[in-house]
Amino acid sequence: MAVEGIGARALRKEDKRFITGKGKYTDDMTMPGMGYAAFVRSPHAHAKVTGIDAAAALAMPGVDAVLTGDQLVGDGIGNLICGWMIHSKDGTPMKMGGWRALEPEIVRHVGQAVAVVIADTQAQARDAADAVVVDYEELDAVVDPLDALKDGAPQLHPEAEGNLIFDWEIGDEAATNEAFEKAAHVTKMEIHNNRLVPNPMEPRAALAGYDDAEEHYTLYTTSQNPHVARLVLSAFYAVAPEHKLRVIAPDVGGGFGSKIYIYPEEMVCLWASKRVGRPVKWVSDRTEAFLTDAHGRDHRSEAELALDADNKILGFRVKTVANIGAYMSLFSSSVPTYLYATLLSGQYDIPAIHANVKAVYTNTTPVDAYRGAGRPEATYLVERMMETASREVGLSPAEFRRKNFIRAFPHQTPVIMCYDAGDYDATLDAALKAADYDGFAARKAEAASRGKLRGIGLSCYIEACGIAPSAAVGSLGAGVGLWESAEVRVNPVGTIEVLTGSHSHGQGHETTFAQLISERFGLDTDSVSIVHGDTDKVQFGMGTYGSRSGAVGMSAIVKALDKVESKAKKIAAHLMEAAEGDIQIEGGELKVAGTDKKLTFTEVALAAYTAHNLPEGMEPGLKEGAFYDPTNFTFPAGTYVCEVEIDPETGKTEIVNFTAADDFGKIINPMIVEGQVHGGITQGIGQALLENAAYDEGGQLLTASYMDYTMPRADDVPSYQLSTHVTECPGNPLGMKGCGEAGALGSPPAVINAITDALGANALTMPATPERVWALAQSGMKQAAE
Amino acid sequence: MYETTYHRAGSAAEAADLLAKADDGKILGGGQTLLPTMKQRLAAPSDLVDVTQIAEMKGICADGEGVAIGAATTHAEVASNHLVKSKLPGLASLAGGIGDPAVRHMGTIGGSIANNDPAADYPSALVALGATVVTNKRELSSEDFFTGMFETALEEDEVVQSVKFPGAQKSAYAKYPNPASRYAMAGVFVAQGSDGAVKVAVTGAGQDGVFRMNDMEAALGSNWSADAVSGIAPNADDLLSDLHGSAAYRANLVTVMAKRAVAAAG
Repeated sequence: MAVEGIGARALRKEDKRFITGKGKYTDDMTMPGMGYAAFVRSPHAHAKVTGIDAAAALAMPGVDAVLTGDQLVGDGIGNLICGWMIHSKDGTPMKMGGWRALEPEIVRHVGQAVAVVIADTQAQARDAADAVVVDYEELDAVVDPLDALKDGAPQLHPEAEGNLIFDWEIGDEAATNEAFEKAAHVTKMEIHNNRLVPNPMEPRAALAGYDDAEEHYTLYTTSQNPHVARLVLSAFYAVAPEHKLRVIAPDVGGGFGSKIYIYPEEMVCLWASKRVGRPVKWVSDRTEAFLTDAHGRDHRSEAELALDADNKILGFRVKTVANIGAYMSLFSSSVPTYLYATLLSGQYDIPAIHANVKAVYTNTTPVDAYRGAGRPEATYLVERMMETASREVGLSPAEFRRKNFIRAFPHQTPVIMCYDAGDYDATLDAALKAADYDGFAARKAEAASRGKLRGIGLSCYIEACGIAPSAAVGSLGAGVGLWESAEVRVNPVGTIEVLTGSHSHGQGHETTFAQLISERFGLDTDSVSIVHGDTDKVQFGMGTYGSRSGAVGMSAIVKALDKVESKAKKIAAHLMEAAEGDIQIEGGELKVAGTDKKLTFTEVALAAYTAHNLPEGMEPGLKEGAFYDPTNFTFPAGTYVCEVEIDPETGKTEIVNFTAADDFGKIINPMIVEGQVHGGITQGIGQALLENAAYDEGGQLLTASYMDYTMPRADDVPSYQLSTHVTECPGNPLGMKGCGEAGALGSPPAVINAITDALGANALTMPATPERVWALAQSGMKQAAE
Repeated sequence: MYETTYHRAGSAAEAADLLAKADDGKILGGGQTLLPTMKQRLAAPSDLVDVTQIAEMKGICADGEGVAIGAATTHAEVASNHLVKSKLPGLASLAGGIGDPAVRHMGTIGGSIANNDPAADYPSALVALGATVVTNKRELSSEDFFTGMFETALEEDEVVQSVKFPGAQKSAYAKYPNPASRYAMAGVFVAQGSDGAVKVAVTGAGQDGVFRMNDMEAALGSNWSADAVSGIAPNADDLLSDLHGSAAYRANLVTVMAKRAVAAAG
């Protein structure tokens, strides 16, 4: 390797083990004598459990135990919780129903666990799980959130009357209504944001062991935030006290949010390991992943945009019903509220906004944060409205947006957020130029000569990342602070270990974080190790989600590096009898400015540890820790341009060109950033064209495998044209904003705006399947003929 | 997967014998449908009889003007075989579009037709080309062989050994894939036999599996052109309807794919 600092396209250090099959995932871990868990799951969406007969299962070979919810509750294991309190507009707290890891009384979604079998082998456990006889008394189910709010709908939880969890609002309703009274034009739309299944490549897994001599538990698990998992398992579920529980999240194959939460299965493995007296492993199969990994999105909204006679936006009014599923997952309440409605101002200067959000229980898999988490829902709403309004008033989509852009910073929106920096014209201009927007008419005509319908669509997204200032989120109901921690441990030989509370499950932290150290001390990135994912090694940390590992996690490392640098300089100054202010660090050496005196970084590190000659009163060692709490969210933004060609005979949409111009602030490794954007856009295209978690009326998930759930594949997407345009974030020491989610939230509206442009018809719901596009194309052609 | 007993048969006769002796035996070809089904615990055969190592059931040879293809021949071999490519280009193209490369290098023609998935590609080729299915007991015309969705005329201890395709003047296949599974939502095979007779067979769309489009055959018999079939669609009442495509959409796809197949056949 080499000295590769900020801005270098350093190859990923972690890829050697990943691409040679040497990664160590939870399922690769073993413990002596371990058994396997298999869960007995409800085939019904809503039913009373009237009896569980485990006799036949217990008699089967290799079976240790069949455990049920009664035993779980009897052992004092607590309910699963939602960690963000939302208050309804009438001031009442959200109405949360109980969620037990094994349900003894009423199951509320297909796939909910009612019992677990522990056996010698996975096959024995599964065979025995099939033999557990559960008697159910079926109840009526409801899967559509609008139906769930109707009188007479099946009721899920006694705590939530009418299935309504909260009825929340943000913004100034009176001022917004006033804006609509003055409007020269109002654009109205009903917008549905489709439900998605996260589908990380590695399904969830857990391996739990209990040491009865030490009364100590170890849990290997697929987590994006092992310390938060330990905190919740200990403080709320009472599985084990925090100091008697080690949580390790080793290599994790993707998360997209779905591995933030504490799920029943991981908790049950931990509890069962003590109860049964042997380590317990569980690895989700793909069907279990479809049925139990927290789903994403699922909003039904009505939106209205008020314009004045000059096409300036006066006000924006939104009503959203968010489907939470059968239970409130860990951060489910924050997603359709503070992560969603606070972004409804988009990139635009909107004087008045009011949003009302109702969160609703249904007999479906719980819904929580999925790549973007609320912000894609907001972006889709805003950017579909902007494109539609521009068509209605006869302005070009770019001109209409420019007319309404925010240009002065900081900018206080009417929905809490204060944007700190940005240049929305720069990204719009760059994207239009790269996409040859001006040449579109000629391309459309050429496509028409081949019988194809060509369309172009824009999306100017903004995102709130770097989650988040602890006091701010605390005041909004968060149960935790959202700072991050770091420890920089210089070894006596001058190599460095960085312990971070961030967790890498595909993001490339082992490379980018090492680049920070390389930049600071001029050291080879190979002399730096990044340590993460183990509560016994790393000081407390909040984990990785919300595009926070750069803006928050790396900021903590910078703070720790500042302290290490300061101490190293003091030692060097003392040893070389120079003033501390004259010490410069360059190329792995500490030099006295203007002289030829120098010490290598290794010599200084060694001096810190031999402690033979340190400044008076200085403690030995060279190791510093830091906690960083952000002062504001960060605001990545950009413009995406999508160009499509539609085959009107089949409805097949081909994305022929996709251009992204992003402002992520300071970039550490452009190659890794491009990878994040590629992945994000592809997931967004998946949402726009392909993916949909569909239930039948009885609550059966119709898309519970890849035979029916359409994941994007390489031939569904084009080669992307990417560029970045930097306005540095003033809120953190590196000027970073975050890039992990932008692609997933900027791309869906660009795709749908392009398709509706091609069809000349706007009534299109995601995913824009070939059949839907074909039907809309047919109706358009019929209208044209008439 | 439930427990099962694996057998590797050395000859077609041994395979039939093993199958007959098993409680609930299944022939294992490339396993591209059967094994995933077993892994999902949706099938639990007591015995698997692997026929992929039987020399007499593998390979492709000339058979009069046509070709004979061993039941254990992979899709990749059919797609790349020079005899198939020169005599029945539509069949080679169909085989080259099944699944993905991994599937094509494991999956076999015998396994595909014995399973008779209504969305599988091969049944349309067998019916349109008037192929004969050769088993350890008899020879069956393809239209007698395919009896309904996931149903064939095969008896309990009967094993497909090969498929004989007669020659054809023209052959082509066009399919519109299901976006998720990439199986056919509508696959249309058009063929003009050596005797000039036209056959059009449709897979993926029908409630009872593969079916012929007699109206299209008549129209193409007098005018071999895409225009000849552009106004002809199957009755949507007989078609599959699911979350990927309504019967009306599939009926449209049959027409569009028929046009494209005719155009490709030249």
